[in-house]
Amino acid sequence: MSPESHADTVSNATNTPEVEQPWAELGLKPDEYQRIRDILDRRPTSCELAMYSVMWSEHCSYKSSKVHLKRFGEIPQETPTGKMLAGIGENAGVIDIGEGYAVTFKVESHNHPSYVEPYQGAATGVGGIVRDIIAMGARPVAVMDPLRFGPLDAPDTKRVLPGIVSGVGGYGNSLGLPNIGGEVVFDPTYLGNPLVNALCIGVMRHEDLHLANATGVGNQMILYGAKTGGDGIGGVSVLASETFAEGGPTKRPAVQVGDPFMEKLLIECTLELFAANVVEGIQDLGGGGLSCATSELASAGDGGMRVSLDKVPLRDASLSPEEILMSESQERMMACVTPENVEAFLKICAKWDVQADVIGEVTDTGRLEIDWHGERVVDVLPETVAHEGPVYNRPYARPDWQDALQADGAEKLPRASSGAELRDTLLRLVASPNLCDKSWVTDQYDRYVLGNSVLSQPEDSGMIRVDETSGLGVAVSTDCNGRFAKLDPYTGAKLALAESYRNVATTGARPAAVTDCLNFGSPEDSGVMWQFTEAIRGLVDGCIELGIPVTGGNVSFYNQTGETPILPTPVVGVLGVIDDVTRRTPIGFTAEMEGHQLYLLGETEEELSGSEWANVIHGHLGGRPPAVDLEAEKQLADILINASRDGLIDAAHDVSDGGVAQTLVESALRGGVGARVWAPDGLDPFLFLFAESAGRAVVAVPRTEEVRFTDMCTARRFPHAKIGVITGDTLDVQDQFEVPLTELRTAWTATLPSVLN
Amino acid sequence: MKIGVVTFPGSLDDVDARRAAAVAGAEAVALWHGDADLHGVDAVVLPGGFSYGDYLRAGAISRFAPVMETIIKKAGEGMPVLGICNGFQVLCESHLLPGALIKNHHRKFICKDQPLRIENNRTAWTSDYDANHEITIVLKNQDGSYVADEATLDRLEGEGRVVARYLDENPNGSYRDIAGITNERGNVVGLMPHPEHCVETLTGPTTDGLGFFTSVLKAVVAS
Repeated sequence: MSPESHADTVSNATNTPEVEQPWAELGLKPDEYQRIRDILDRRPTSCELAMYSVMWSEHCSYKSSKVHLKRFGEIPQETPTGKMLAGIGENAGVIDIGEGYAVTFKVESHNHPSYVEPYQGAATGVGGIVRDIIAMGARPVAVMDPLRFGPLDAPDTKRVLPGIVSGVGGYGNSLGLPNIGGEVVFDPTYLGNPLVNALCIGVMRHEDLHLANATGVGNQMILYGAKTGGDGIGGVSVLASETFAEGGPTKRPAVQVGDPFMEKLLIECTLELFAANVVEGIQDLGGGGLSCATSELASAGDGGMRVSLDKVPLRDASLSPEEILMSESQERMMACVTPENVEAFLKICAKWDVQADVIGEVTDTGRLEIDWHGERVVDVLPETVAHEGPVYNRPYARPDWQDALQADGAEKLPRASSGAELRDTLLRLVASPNLCDKSWVTDQYDRYVLGNSVLSQPEDSGMIRVDETSGLGVAVSTDCNGRFAKLDPYTGAKLALAESYRNVATTGARPAAVTDCLNFGSPEDSGVMWQFTEAIRGLVDGCIELGIPVTGGNVSFYNQTGETPILPTPVVGVLGVIDDVTRRTPIGFTAEMEGHQLYLLGETEEELSGSEWANVIHGHLGGRPPAVDLEAEKQLADILINASRDGLIDAAHDVSDGGVAQTLVESALRGGVGARVWAPDGLDPFLFLFAESAGRAVVAVPRTEEVRFTDMCTARRFPHAKIGVITGDTLDVQDQFEVPLTELRTAWTATLPSVLN
Repeated sequence: MKIGVVTFPGSLDDVDARRAAAVAGAEAVALWHGDADLHGVDAVVLPGGFSYGDYLRAGAISRFAPVMETIIKKAGEGMPVLGICNGFQVLCESHLLPGALIKNHHRKFICKDQPLRIENNRTAWTSDYDANHEITIVLKNQDGSYVADEATLDRLEGEGRVVARYLDENPNGSYRDIAGITNERGNVVGLMPHPEHCVETLTGPTTDGLGFFTSVLKAVVAS
């Protein structure tokens, strides 16, 4: 019997309204299924049901977040370097960086698949974000991966972490994309729910910008790249939109399998297609597969689309049309091509050994019509699938435990006071999982390929040279302190934004735009929903104050196991522009800087709640996070950028997790030269070393530039204090303690290998 | 003076190798795996990457590319050929160099700044280095462990054909710390670390890799 004889056609659906359909298994709620029936005025065919279920899932439809994400539109859509060329709603945001160049960047989550199958989950996370960048017309130039895990010593972390790191590396390294930054953070709430966020940066000329739409009646729809297989079926609806229940069935078959070699061919092939000017519109196939690509391309176009599903090349000939529509097989793209360009298009694909097939065309019906061996199995208005899914205004309420949490500040906890105690605290912090050396992870990533990595981890931000002649470049940092966000999600989100902004400015680049990956627990929990709305409010207010827009991003809900959600984790990526990358400011104290003066910029307050000190020494989380003053952050950024441009500083490092102590340790170990430091007048040595007040950085000023530098700070009335000098092979905190760099390095580097090797 | 850089499907460091050739003062020429014509180049670099996804074995499929037929012939006539990382694997698979490269002994991809000693500065690609010159260049590989039978290793060492050796900790389990070797004639060199990433201070840890590219310019002029 041929497979087509089983097809549930549109006429069959019309004639058999009573057929029971598996909408619940596909993740739809009763009212959602009823809504589909109302839209169609009949029951959906099984193919239509598959499409609606995928596209109306939380992951694809943003049904719980949509009403809140709208607020990002309140931020002026201008960047300090020029206008935004594409924004939220496109595959990725695009900004003008000058000299005719545009940059696109975006961060996305691949959390649940990475828990189920760490290697493939993480690998395909990289692959997906890279295709979003190519689809805009850009050449991908770098990736970054913010990662979060359960406690380092938990058995499941030893299963999940090596697989995820190896997957990120295995895929990105094979694509020839340098991995220039990211984060590795540990917290008990991520046990059973690791966060794998992937960011990609792409560069193009302005005229190369491409958008995802299918326009022009008679234009051909070409599916190219890998063949479609049975992997990842229902990945979106089943995996990304449900909470893992304890002891539930394993969901491995829903995780996609990646082939980076195919993706590398797809990158080069697609860029050659763009250069040959044979692409009208384009979209990558990610979450939602063909259901997503066909409905989104058609609804963004000016007509309709007809597709013959039996023309889709298959890895597994037994796949049903429903499965083909839902498959999330990786490394596929769909392009809209004029009939006269089809031959040229197919020829370029053949050069790169990339399979390409015409599977449909643009029509004037306004409908998305899909056939299976000549029989109509889908006949819908594409926008009802792509954009008119359910929108939930989920209830949200400040949790009743929030007041008690905020009342329990860390400032009251016992602190080290003698020099010996301070020394011991420093060594314990330096060796703690969140502050220790991360090279066990980052040494598995290629940071050099393409030859334009000016800065990479552990620098404050990654920096890529865009133009070899002019030296134009971009810097990107990703940050989030989920502990701060738990204490106060509004301030926590602002602090994440401030830290990322500061990290970009510290390297000498001017912050220009934001992408975010909002990782939260279940939106069906009113407390989680409150955290989410507060974080968005913080980001919107923060971006308006800093004058930089959000260009795109991603929401990941249902990050919880059982009743325990993860720390609210709004990861913020800030991209900045630097006119001349040779003026970048690194973090390290090097031998050439011997004798340079160290200045602490910004005010240090008695702010210890949510700090790494409270976490490591007391296992404590409570109180209010550090205050955030974005006007001061802007002033600090201006000082750092101007000082870099004018050659007033040779090194700079932001102060964040672990306080000034950690900043000094990282700079000293990075460059191999130590420092003699002291607490500024009136500041308690403990707070000087370990408080985590925002808006601060440590800079190394050559003696010859000291007057000019301090004059600049004074003229701007910005707080600055001399705290030491670069010298020797120890960290010497005057009148308190001294630690040899060798001892610091041993403590700092031993932690990850001792657990993971 | 033209240095050709081959692009196989899955080559990744081809752009870097072309840049390094240009920085050294050569004209860099992009060569395509499917084109047997070398377009008049004086020397060839087989760059790093994962050609054909390392399917079967690293370098095993690339070895049969049309461009390789010409390169194998020209190498026999004395044309300088440098295989870096995946290029080294291709040279071994092509039998232009003895031995093979297998998965790192720790089973992980590794990317680090690696100290090396140049032990043979008489090849077409190393004449600009001093004897026993110690350099630091980028090492990054998954299958970087050089292996050969004892007799081959003895012969390579006896004939002075070990071009470079790892200093400090052996990063990938290579036998006798071998990072690079040459053929009898000294025109074909295979090297696991990446000199092309070390030609400018802005983007590399050192400029210690430039010598490979300036050396070959002199070798070509001298011939």
